[in-house]
Amino acid sequence: MPPVIRATGLVKKYGAVTALDGLDLEVEEGTVMGLLGPNGAGKTTTVRVLTTLLRPDAGHAEVAGIDVLRHPRELRRRIGVSGQYAAVDEHLTGFENLDMVGRLYHLGAAASRARARELLEQFDLAHAAERVVKGWSGGMRRRLDLAGALVARPPVIFLDEPTTGLDPRGRVGMWDVIEELVRGGTTLLLTTQYLEEADRLADRIAVIDRGTVIALGTADELKSQVGGEQVEVRLPHGGDLAAAVRATVGLGVGEAAVDERDRRLTLPVEGGTGDLRELLDRLDRAGIPVSEAGVRRPTLDDVFLSLTGHTAEEPHDTEPTDEEGAA
Amino acid sequence: MSVVAEGASDAWVITRRNLRKILRVPDVLVFTTLSPIMFVLLFAYVFGNAIGSQDTGVDYTEFLVPGIFAQTVVFGATFTGYSLAEDLQKGIIDRFRSLPMSSSSVVLGRTVADIGINIVSLVVMALTGLVVGWRIRSSVLDALAGFVVLLLFAFAVSWIMASVALLVRTPEVVNNASFIVIFPLTFIANTFVSISNLPGPLATFANWNPVSSVCQAARELFGNTDPAAPVPDAWSMQHPVPYTLIWVVIILAVFVPLSIRLYRRAASR
Repeated sequence: MPPVIRATGLVKKYGAVTALDGLDLEVEEGTVMGLLGPNGAGKTTTVRVLTTLLRPDAGHAEVAGIDVLRHPRELRRRIGVSGQYAAVDEHLTGFENLDMVGRLYHLGAAASRARARELLEQFDLAHAAERVVKGWSGGMRRRLDLAGALVARPPVIFLDEPTTGLDPRGRVGMWDVIEELVRGGTTLLLTTQYLEEADRLADRIAVIDRGTVIALGTADELKSQVGGEQVEVRLPHGGDLAAAVRATVGLGVGEAAVDERDRRLTLPVEGGTGDLRELLDRLDRAGIPVSEAGVRRPTLDDVFLSLTGHTAEEPHDTEPTDEEGAA
Repeated sequence: MSVVAEGASDAWVITRRNLRKILRVPDVLVFTTLSPIMFVLLFAYVFGNAIGSQDTGVDYTEFLVPGIFAQTVVFGATFTGYSLAEDLQKGIIDRFRSLPMSSSSVVLGRTVADIGINIVSLVVMALTGLVVGWRIRSSVLDALAGFVVLLLFAFAVSWIMASVALLVRTPEVVNNASFIVIFPLTFIANTFVSISNLPGPLATFANWNPVSSVCQAARELFGNTDPAAPVPDAWSMQHPVPYTLIWVVIILAVFVPLSIRLYRRAASR
């Protein structure tokens, strides 16, 4: 079966800035693809091209068998989009927002109303259905926006940083909603800055940097590329870091790294908490006191550092953020 | 559904959305109802006493009120531009862009909703006008025709402001830019004073200014002119209704396609 989303050689430039630099991407039907990358990597630009909102300077893209550039309006009937910023009307109620979207998908009045009620129920917004969105919380607005993307039951859905700006509770709530959605067999393309989010939601992850895909695979595959987990201990003031490093010899899968200022020692491992226990035992026997200890899973920073040699948070001076690039 | 039926349905959905805001956004409600009342009262009492008779053969209040109607609906077009520019900056425009809707419907829904806003303003102003002494001295049909001419001209100017908004995209800039054009247009006209009082070049401009012909058309259709009063030489003033309608057609022929093109461009960036 051909992929539902297929992009080849997408290029988009804003003046001297290259947002997409020959990006290729394929997403199989019924799977979740996570686009992972820092601000300015080209995630939002990719989504905007695939959802007909932006014309690329070069390249080809097909979604659900429809050419993105040739038949944009036809394609819009088959996709749902939810962006970084809730695309809802503040002066309408929750119900009016979804009802309006239904009518603009040409579902008809009765079907639009029924679908709006159904989605408000499904997204736990029924209690606020008749209230103007202006007074809603950020998390509620995001859920409403996501509901707006689902009004026409599209077979392909694009979610651009669905949890950015949400508090931890809102984020977990959003994850539940998305997982529910995916269980129904929808093909989903999701962008995120959080490895944890891609890990939890995506079947496959494409790491994007400077407008191209630099790594592709399952979360496990990527993490093994990054070097897996690390154990980390912090010594109290005056702790003997050199002695601590000596105690790690033979443990873990690499050399210990030391941060003198923070009195922190980091060691790549494969055995998780087992290795942590072993390290703590060794330090204890050596008489080295420890103030903090833990197992650290790879973060986006680690992925980036290992794949690109620069961290995710380090701004690329010439590149705009996705937001600026798309404005 | 055919493409045309879909387009009409989309525009109506957007129109309804815009009309809902009249009641929900205090600024809009004030703009629509209170400021027209204020204009009628201010001009009738401040200008009315200071300017006095205009050699028009009718009471100044009767002369003035149709002028205020015209001035208010032309200024109202600024609101079209302001709201459209505001929409372009809000999140909802991203939803509209991603839907299989007709690309003209966002602008069309805006200008049609603003006809509704102008109707509310005109009713409020007419009632206030009646309180301060304005009277309709023609038939019901003529009076309705007077309001229709005002609304048609305002609709046309709305499309100009829509194009301006889609070009500059900042609500505040739309306001400032449009005032530079709209103030001279509404003041170098017979809106508040008779053209016979203006010096030569200004009088010529005023005679051919479509705002003058809108005022003149409204005055004639409401019966607020003196048939015995001298008629200006200009064809535009002798035939204000056809002259106004010609302007409406020209403006729409230029700015409807232009606005739709500008919206498509703005929506695909």
